[in-house]
Amino acid sequence: MAENTLQAPAVSQEVAALRTSPVAHLADEMAAASVEGDRGVALREIPFLAQVGVRALPGTPSAAAVEAALGTSLPRRSGEVTGPAGRQVLWISPDEFLLVADPDSVDIAAGAAALGTGEEALPGSIMDLSANRTTLELSGPSARAVLEKGCHYDLHPSIFAAGTAVSTQLGPVPILLWKTDETTFRLLPRASFADYTVHWLLDAMSEFSAPEVP
Amino acid sequence: MLLIDCPNCGPRDETEYHYGGQAHVAYPEEPSTLTDSEWSRFLFYRQNPKGIFAERWNHAAGCRKWFNALRDTATYEIQAVYQMDEPRPDAVSPELAQAQHHAPEGGAQ
Repeated sequence: MAENTLQAPAVSQEVAALRTSPVAHLADEMAAASVEGDRGVALREIPFLAQVGVRALPGTPSAAAVEAALGTSLPRRSGEVTGPAGRQVLWISPDEFLLVADPDSVDIAAGAAALGTGEEALPGSIMDLSANRTTLELSGPSARAVLEKGCHYDLHPSIFAAGTAVSTQLGPVPILLWKTDETTFRLLPRASFADYTVHWLLDAMSEFSAPEVP
Repeated sequence: MLLIDCPNCGPRDETEYHYGGQAHVAYPEEPSTLTDSEWSRFLFYRQNPKGIFAERWNHAAGCRKWFNALRDTATYEIQAVYQMDEPRPDAVSPELAQAQHHAPEGGAQ
């Protein structure tokens, strides 16, 4: 059954027009809650990024086939992100990775074919997980302060450098937290947690719209 | 809150982990030959030491991998973390080694 899922035809124009992202209904609230200035923080959704789940152990023939198919090496340690902008691979566990790419830019069927089929198939998997998580982007000078209200990971720049990503929790929600530059974080909660995560963030952001209390 | 050092992800808060009980409880070689008493001993009987205890943890919010840890049940200090397929490391200090020497071993007896 996996082959059928992977070889689904490209999304047609009509279907794409009907697609709704998990927090599309909160776009106005997110825009209204964004704050400019020294204490600024902004939240928006980056919908429909292509996400491909990869299972393969680096150093094995499976990983070599996957790396050839994706055109990117797999990260080797926690936090590492490999690949060019718009087509990056996040480390999730020693044998599990997530490719995050621009919408509709990945031919997953071709990637899955790289592992072979039938009895000759190499161990591992390449799976379309694009609908599994949505992407929220929290940016601005106060972004780290907002996350530190409930993130279980140490967000100090000496520990969490720009260009790295970790799997952790925000409040009770398991997320992938990806720091794309010094003041910009991408949060990837699962789609069913996205509504709650946005409301959590909007609440955490609200104090920054008022002047700082000395 | 314990700060537990995942062998794959590094130090993370205790809330990211699930506890998995005593480590190194081997599945019986010949389960069908066990008496009810022996089977119940494998299933339910665990050590409850005061001191160093080898236990399993799962990094549920991170890499989702299981690993073993040596934890002092009296001080909560985690002495060592190691992979599931690695043998139990020696205790880090002579006193702990002595304490381990006197502690009864194993769940399946």
